[in-house]
Formats: sequence, structure tokens, C-alpha cells
Amino acid sequence: MNETLPKAQFLQKSKLKLIDCDIHPRLRSIADLKPYLSTRWWDTIQTYGLRKRHGFVKGHPYPKSQPGDGARRDSWPENGDPSGSSLPLMQQQHLDYYGVDIGVMNPLWPGSGDQNADLSAALASAHNDWQLDLWHAKEPRLRPSIVVPYENIEASVAEIHKRAPNKSFCQVFLLSRTNEALGRKKYWPIYEAAVQYNLPIGIHVFGFSGVPISSSGWPSFYIEEMAEHGTACSALVTSMIMEGLFERFPTLKIVMIEAGFGWIPSLGWRLDKSWKNMRGEVPHLKRAPSEYLKDHIYVTTQPIEEPEKPEHLIDLIDWIGWDKVMFASDYAHWDFDDPIFSVPPNWSEERRRKIYSENAMSVFRF
Amino acid sequence: MTKHIVAPLKEFPPDTRKLVEINGRQIAVFNVKGEFHALGNKCPHESGLLIHGQLVGLVESRMPGEYTYSRKGEMIKCPWHGWEFDLRTGRAQCDPARIRVRRYETAVVHGGDIDPDTPPKAAEVFAVRVEDDYVVVEV
Repeated sequence: MNETLPKAQFLQKSKLKLIDCDIHPRLRSIADLKPYLSTRWWDTIQTYGLRKRHGFVKGHPYPKSQPGDGARRDSWPENGDPSGSSLPLMQQQHLDYYGVDIGVMNPLWPGSGDQNADLSAALASAHNDWQLDLWHAKEPRLRPSIVVPYENIEASVAEIHKRAPNKSFCQVFLLSRTNEALGRKKYWPIYEAAVQYNLPIGIHVFGFSGVPISSSGWPSFYIEEMAEHGTACSALVTSMIMEGLFERFPTLKIVMIEAGFGWIPSLGWRLDKSWKNMRGEVPHLKRAPSEYLKDHIYVTTQPIEEPEKPEHLIDLIDWIGWDKVMFASDYAHWDFDDPIFSVPPNWSEERRRKIYSENAMSVFRF
Repeated sequence: MTKHIVAPLKEFPPDTRKLVEINGRQIAVFNVKGEFHALGNKCPHESGLLIHGQLVGLVESRMPGEYTYSRKGEMIKCPWHGWEFDLRTGRAQCDPARIRVRRYETAVVHGGDIDPDTPPKAAEVFAVRVEDDYVVVEV
């Protein structure tokens, strides 16, 4: 009797299609990657382990508020495997329960940012095979992302060229906290390759760069990390705009995943104000910074802003654009959003349809 | 209000929980150190199921640097976003004045006190034995 009743709860209330832009499949253990790693790299991992750039090599800078790297407590398989590692449970508890039509897989395991550049390349590539074999082949609704070793540019580009011909892959996947600001030219070959295949760049918050989440040093609490993703991503997006990334790649689409979006309008206002005074410093920008922001930056809903006055949420999206906001659940993490509650049901069907599916259909390569 | 049998007392030991459905409504029943508490199973925030939550204590602070921990196991923390509800009142710690989950009275009754002709509607069907005790919830 202690089971969640299986029912397409979402579909019962709505005929809208549902695309979830943030699902986290998880390794049962690192042994899941062994078939895709050479003996050389498997031995290296066993003997030397990983080399994250931050100081907490065996965990996160901020312990999560729920065990299992911040897992929903009801998402642990009965056999004791980690939360998020069981496809049958994910199907029962999430894909079938809500009637998810397409789910974007965003693997968060730290290998892609490892400081051993060649190991990170091997791990990123292994993750891509793992997504195909253990998830997508068994559940075609789950679409893989091209995980790239983003600090190893050459290998990242090679990985995009290797994977992109397979139309199952729907985006190139980065984390937000990189060694340098993501707009810097060092990273441009990654964007160039993505644009070549018309793949969006999905940037999920977190990362292993060793850079504080806050621009004012290391804060004390996890709750600060949760709130500072917005400011960290604000700096990231600013770097992309100011470096001229969107002038160079006018078709590039950036999806900010789990970053919130309340910060976006104020960033646009501030950048435009300063740009009027200092456009000579960045003469490669042909338009006001807010225009790049509005044209190139897509956001996902979870964890959605909850202003005291619900109309403020509408004002926010009016500024960002109703074609730029896409539903995400963050399954199986503790701060998961339920599709029924996170997108207000009193919004017009047209708006909800855009957020639940239409925008994602036009952004990702499905 | 009708008493509904949740389980025989001996099958509901301390530090366990049971989910019952009464009139189509899910109710999570907790045995905390021999005391029974019953709350609606759905979190009022986004409908996480409280039966899967963790029982925690009450952490309070009079000022930064001073902490007290009391009432161990008397708060249920939603398995999704961690909202905490007081098992004794159903009220949410984050906003007790406005947010709460429905709370139900519980009791332990003797089998002999249950009228064999009109037994309380049991959440699950089982024979009521005169010599046993039963945990009931009032709905």
C-alpha cells in the first residue's frame, strides 16, 4: 500500500505534450562506465581517482539537504542502488506517472571537468556511450546529451563531431562553474562545433572548477549556494555577450538549466545602461546587450521563481520571452518540480503549451 | 467522525509508519515512541507524499550561534522539498499560521470494545479479535 499509484497524473488533467528538459540519470557505480573505458583509464581511476579542481574531492562544496547528492527521498530503488540509477523506477515514478513525452538527460557526474584532461575526455565519452546503451536504447523517450570534457577543448570538439551525427543526441552539455568564464575565446571551438550541427548548448548549474559560487568569496551555507546560482550564471551570460560570442555565432542557442531566471531582466537593464557609456570598450557588439540576452538565452523552469504576487512571474517572462522558457523537473533531485504545480494552471493553454513542449521542440534537436 | 482501524497494535511497533486510504483519502500514520500521529499524506506545497519523508526534530535558534534541538522525531519532512510539518498540529514550520496539512485524531482501542455487528470501517479488511488492541484513526 506504500506505493505511489501509477497514473499519468499530468495527462489526466491536460492533453498538453510534456517535455522535461532536466532529468538526471545516475551511475549505479563507476563500474557502469567500465565497459566504455580503456584498461589504461580504468586502472588510473582505480589507482589515483578523480582530480576535481575544488577542495572537496569526495563531495560537494556544500552538503545537500537530502542524502545521495540531494536525492528525493522517495526515489531510491529498493535494491539499495543510488537514487536516479534505476530506469524502471524512473519510468514508474516519473516518465509514466506524469506522461513525459521526451526527457533530456543531463548527467552531472564530475568526470567531464576533471583536471586530468585526458581522463576527463575518456570519462565524458564513456558517459555518452552509457547514456545510449543503458538509457536511450531501453527508453527512447530519454534523449542523451553530448557530455564534453569542457576544459579540454580539442577533445570536446572531437567528441561533438563523433556524437553529433547520431540524431539521438539533442544538445551539447556543459556545467556552469568552469575554470574560466564561459564566454572566453578558449571555449569558442565548442560553440562552433555545436552550431555546425544546430545543437544548443545546455549549461547546468554546478561544476568543479574550484571557483566560489559567489563573487564575494566562499559563503557558509548550502542555502547560499542555491540562491547564488543566479549570480554565477549572470556572470557567465555576461561573459558570453561581452566577448561577442553571439556576434560570431548568430544561431547559437544557450539553455540555462536550473539557474532560475528572476535575475535576467535586471542584468539586461544594467548591461544596457553601461553599454551606452562604454560601447567603445566592446565595439564588436552591434546591438544592445539585452537584445543578445533576449535572442540567445533560454531558461528552464525548475526551481521556478515564486514571487509573492503571482503576476510578477508573468512580468518576468514577458521580459525574457514566452518562447524562451521551458519546463524542467530535475528528477530525481530533492528540489524536483512537479509539472502540475510549477507552471500555474491558470495560465492560458497557449502559454502552457509553449513552456511544456513547444519551446523545447524548437530549441533541442529532437 | 468515524473510527477506522489502521492496524492491530502488535503489528504497528514504535518507529514504524503505515499508509491507509479511507474514503479515497490517503492518511500517513506514524508511531513515534509509542505515540500515534496521523496526517494527510499529501504535502500542500507540490503534493510530495509525506509517508516517504524523514522524521526529524525541531531545530530552533534564539540568535546566530545558539541552537536548540528538541522534539526528536515529531516533525515529518516532505521527501521532495523538505517542508517540515508538526505531527501534533499538522502545521508547517516555514509558515505555521497559513500552511498546514490535515491532522487526524488517533487512538488505541480494545478489540472487545468494538461492536462486532457494526465494526468501524477498517482501512484494510481483517478479523477483529476481542483480546487484541487496535490503532484507529478518526475521519
